[in-house]
Amino acid sequence: MTAMGDVKRRRIDELAARAGAVPEGEGGVSLTRSAFRRLRRDPVAIIGAVIVITFLVVAAFAPFLAPRDPLAQTLLSEIRPGNIPGAREGFPLGVDNLGRDILSRLIWGSRQSLMIGVVSTVLGVVVGMAFGVLAGAFGGWVDTVVMRFIDIVLSIPSLLMAISISVLLGQNQYALMIAIAVTQVPIFARLLRGSMLAQRNSDYALAAQALGVKKSRIVFGHVLPNSLSPVIVQATLSLATAIIEAAALSFLGLGDPDLARPEWGAMLANAQAFLSIRPELAVYPALCIIVVALGFTLLGESLREALDPKFRR
Amino acid sequence: MLRFIVRRLLQLIPILLGLSVLLFAWLRALPGGPAQAALGERATPEDIARYNELFGLDEPLVVQYLRFLGRAVRLDFGTSARTGRSVTTEFFERMPGTIELTLFAMVFAIGLGIPLGYLAARRHGSWVDSTSVIASLLGVAIPVFFLAYLLRLGFAVELGWLPGSGRQDVRMNATRITNFYVLDGLLTREWDAAWDAVKHLLLPAIALGTIPLAIIVRITRASVLDVVNEDYVRTANAKGLATATVRRRHIIRNALLPVSTTIGLQTGLLLSGAVLTESVFAFGGVGSAIYEAIGARDFAVLQGFILILAVVYVLVNLLVDISYGLLDPRVRVR
Amino acid sequence: MTRRSTTRLLAASAAALTAVSLSACASSDREDEGGGGGGETGGTLVFGAAGDPKMFDPAFASDGETFRVARQIHEGLLGNELGGTDPVPELARDWDVSEDGLEYTFALEEGVKFHDGTDFNAEAVCFNFDRWYNFEGLAQSPSATPYYQDVFGGFASTPDTPSIFESCEATDESTAVIRLTKVTSRFPSALALPAFSIQSPDALQEYDADNLGGNDDALTYSEYALEHPVGTGPFKFDSWDRSNGEVTIVRNDDYWGDKAKLDEIIFRTISDGNTRRQEFQAGEIDAYDFVAPADYETLQEDGEVLVRDPFNILYLGINHGNVPGTTANPALKDVRVRQAIAHAIDRETIVNSQLPEGAEVATQFMPPTVEGWADDVTTYEYDVERAKELLAEAGATGTTLKFFYPTDVSRPYLPDPAAIFQVINQNLIDAGFTVEATALPWNPDYLNAVQAGLQHDIHLLGWTGDYNDAYNFIGTFFAAKADGLAKAEFGAFDNQEIFAALDEGDTNPDVDGRTEDYQEANRRIMEFLPGLPISHSPPALVVSERVQGLEPSPLTAEVFSTVSLTD
Repeated sequence: MTAMGDVKRRRIDELAARAGAVPEGEGGVSLTRSAFRRLRRDPVAIIGAVIVITFLVVAAFAPFLAPRDPLAQTLLSEIRPGNIPGAREGFPLGVDNLGRDILSRLIWGSRQSLMIGVVSTVLGVVVGMAFGVLAGAFGGWVDTVVMRFIDIVLSIPSLLMAISISVLLGQNQYALMIAIAVTQVPIFARLLRGSMLAQRNSDYALAAQALGVKKSRIVFGHVLPNSLSPVIVQATLSLATAIIEAAALSFLGLGDPDLARPEWGAMLANAQAFLSIRPELAVYPALCIIVVALGFTLLGESLREALDPKFRR
Repeated sequence: MLRFIVRRLLQLIPILLGLSVLLFAWLRALPGGPAQAALGERATPEDIARYNELFGLDEPLVVQYLRFLGRAVRLDFGTSARTGRSVTTEFFERMPGTIELTLFAMVFAIGLGIPLGYLAARRHGSWVDSTSVIASLLGVAIPVFFLAYLLRLGFAVELGWLPGSGRQDVRMNATRITNFYVLDGLLTREWDAAWDAVKHLLLPAIALGTIPLAIIVRITRASVLDVVNEDYVRTANAKGLATATVRRRHIIRNALLPVSTTIGLQTGLLLSGAVLTESVFAFGGVGSAIYEAIGARDFAVLQGFILILAVVYVLVNLLVDISYGLLDPRVRVR
Repeated sequence: MTRRSTTRLLAASAAALTAVSLSACASSDREDEGGGGGGETGGTLVFGAAGDPKMFDPAFASDGETFRVARQIHEGLLGNELGGTDPVPELARDWDVSEDGLEYTFALEEGVKFHDGTDFNAEAVCFNFDRWYNFEGLAQSPSATPYYQDVFGGFASTPDTPSIFESCEATDESTAVIRLTKVTSRFPSALALPAFSIQSPDALQEYDADNLGGNDDALTYSEYALEHPVGTGPFKFDSWDRSNGEVTIVRNDDYWGDKAKLDEIIFRTISDGNTRRQEFQAGEIDAYDFVAPADYETLQEDGEVLVRDPFNILYLGINHGNVPGTTANPALKDVRVRQAIAHAIDRETIVNSQLPEGAEVATQFMPPTVEGWADDVTTYEYDVERAKELLAEAGATGTTLKFFYPTDVSRPYLPDPAAIFQVINQNLIDAGFTVEATALPWNPDYLNAVQAGLQHDIHLLGWTGDYNDAYNFIGTFFAAKADGLAKAEFGAFDNQEIFAALDEGDTNPDVDGRTEDYQEANRRIMEFLPGLPISHSPPALVVSERVQGLEPSPLTAEVFSTVSLTD
């Protein structure tokens, strides 16, 4: 065990171990069901879920919900440098410095922002899990090599990591997603490995091994599915971080280079120039980011509690 | 105990080597490689060949890496393309500012976070509890730079209570010894200079400390709740120990263990946040230098700064590990 | 201007300035009565700059932040009229030009001392001219001495690119004779550029001023340039705190002209425009440059917005595609496609919606205040239908334009590149073009990319005039390079008519004839359309109510010696 990771690792492993300690008697299905039951009774979870679902719906149906074309510079001719028209009929939230409808841009922006969050998190989960499974399933030197590598990545503060990656990949929207994904990989790798290790020595795994079940079947058929719940919890929380981090990268000038494409982080960064005359231009996208991040966090935290056997006493 | 520390130090080596490989590879992988990065797009093939020869870039990768490592060990990361100065000089000129800022942010987060978290747990389910939980969730959800703008708008521009940028009033001709301005003011007994530096630190420190604050509140609350339900606390209570004694001896001390671990973890968060906070507050630290380096595509600075910061992060965590070992004997055995 | 007595004024520039100068004189008299040489009000002015200076040796400078500081420390033979664009005497009291336009005799101010106490005299002047002419190595690279090369051509050791400088001779203590090999309209006006400031020979030698390091794109400077710049100006260099981005200059109490009023000026770098504004509103800084167009009105409440006269040009450059190895769209060689671009772009709306009040649509590549501006150039109205027709005629409907624009930058002529890019982008799409956008960081990526002319089709760029001279605008853009073609930025087009008109103007010793030559050049340029001039826009600085006497300069060449603070 190396110095660096020890602390961070302990936290992640702790989480993993809890999930790993699921008594087999309850079984996967009934655990899910009981967790779901608890979730439904938890007001925090409901608020989180409502927020998340609302924004997902908005994102999915953006073309139908947005009153206008988010790219059309409709009111451009009325814009003056010191005077951007505010809310008016047909433009309930006003327009930006290029005369584009803010409401429509926010609605379309939810699509892009959520996509950045989801794609980067999924990418982080998949790659992180691959590493974690590799390490957890094989153990030995594979484990050592993989985890050392993860430790090294983990030792670069996350925003600095994202900056390095996005400078490296140049400016495009995928670079942004990859940069954020990379910062998530170590978390999921550790998480999965920890929880698999905890289960490898569990009674049911040993029993299956004794019965002569193939190793790959034990891993993919039993150990992996049972390790998923901490991953789901962490992924939900990571979605929030990813959306905030995307905004930070936009602020640093490393965001989506296509300025016309509506995205909350870019809208927020762009609005800085008009804070003195139209602070709302910054407030709206900031609120969207905060509310969505809050939604995912609430959902993630209550999921964690629901899935954590410790909270069931 | 000594063996434990030595073991920890030895374990640092692969991490540090790995970091250097990673950042060496990073500069190599930049579009056009290091020569293009240093010379710009206008560079002719001859320029690049000359540069490559000059810096030994035509040699095998391993040799180049060893060279890089050799220079890195001597803290030589080349010169900044933007200012033409040594990357290391720039780093050490700016590091004191960032250290002051992160310390203040940490003090803010811990000083407020632990009492709040403790209070929330003791009044579990009350409005104090729910308010602090909601506030801590919000604290994590606000983009740092937006919060920084809000703070400055409110406290510097509208109310005019605190300065909104820089490290010290430029009109103040303070004596500089260590470049830690607060410390310098204290050392030279220029109290007004020290106080001015403190005032300049407040807003950025609050902006930077908000996320750690939110996390510390949550962890403290959770761990106090955990500990309160532990058998030994119940036993202690049942034995009729005074409430204050139970609190001091058992609850607080045991609850602080997980909190202290998180504090180590926050360093990474603080260093990330410093890039955003310092650039909003035009604060002359390492973070704002990184921001400027991004704008100027100053790769030497990015490489050097990120590498040094990563090492700092690793070292801080090592210290936390060791202190954890001191607090909790079980760790040493593992 | 106010720092010398009215008797020294050139008649030409006197009229508008008499009032200012007289009042300045009066105040300087009062100062003298007070004795002690202290300023009228003293105090420290804190100025918010948008970026760090590179160093303080103006011979190697080319960016505004460096010039801003250098202008207060250094002086040239000529200076700029206060608040105007015309060159006026500074360290040279007067000058004569020979009949053939090749020999300039400068009568120098007497009794002037450099900040290090050494004398300013004809020998010091020639030392500086010889220094520039004899630059070696890296100092010869275009990034080190762009202004010298632009005005004088090559160096002593570069016979292939000869210099128009021949010699400088100190005929007596206060007379310097400069001989040129070729007549140029740029001389002597160009001597008002900070790049031709006269610096202390002793200090230049002592601190090894010519010792440049690094490489073409990342020069490192000498101890002189970084820590010991010595000029004759009203302020002396004091210190540069690089980690906090603070440059401090203090009053030169031995200044030869009207002494500065302030005790010291601190130039503090705050790169973020919002932070600059808020710090100004909070009273932390007394003034700042590059006020965002959106803030002009708001800031009037907190101080005074000083709007400079527009003396710049923003244009959309078009790559003609003659640079070897270029990937530029060959359709742009067809003038109809270039005309289609011109008709497609709604410059009126851009100017109204994105540029500060007082900005105007440009009809040609220089502002109307410069001699040589022509009122009868071909103009291109915003007409989407016409643009579509022209494209169809050229068989280029839907043709792809690789559109480059800069990020992380705000220029006097281009306050918000991203916004203007987006409007033009939409205009081009509406007219039937396909646009592929590329955003690059201003320095060095963007400038390098568009100046190489290899990848882009069209790009946004501009220019702020250095002095009142047509060649400084259109010559800089369109004069033939050594290879007989235009510069790579415009795709090295070959249009001998334009080149000839520009050359005639530059080498015509007759001032009126010169103006006509330049008008002709402008007509040819606008017919050929190597790019589309978009706008002239007035950049602004803002000062708090405490600050008096800062005269905005169209050249963005403000001098701070006239500034005072009230409480």
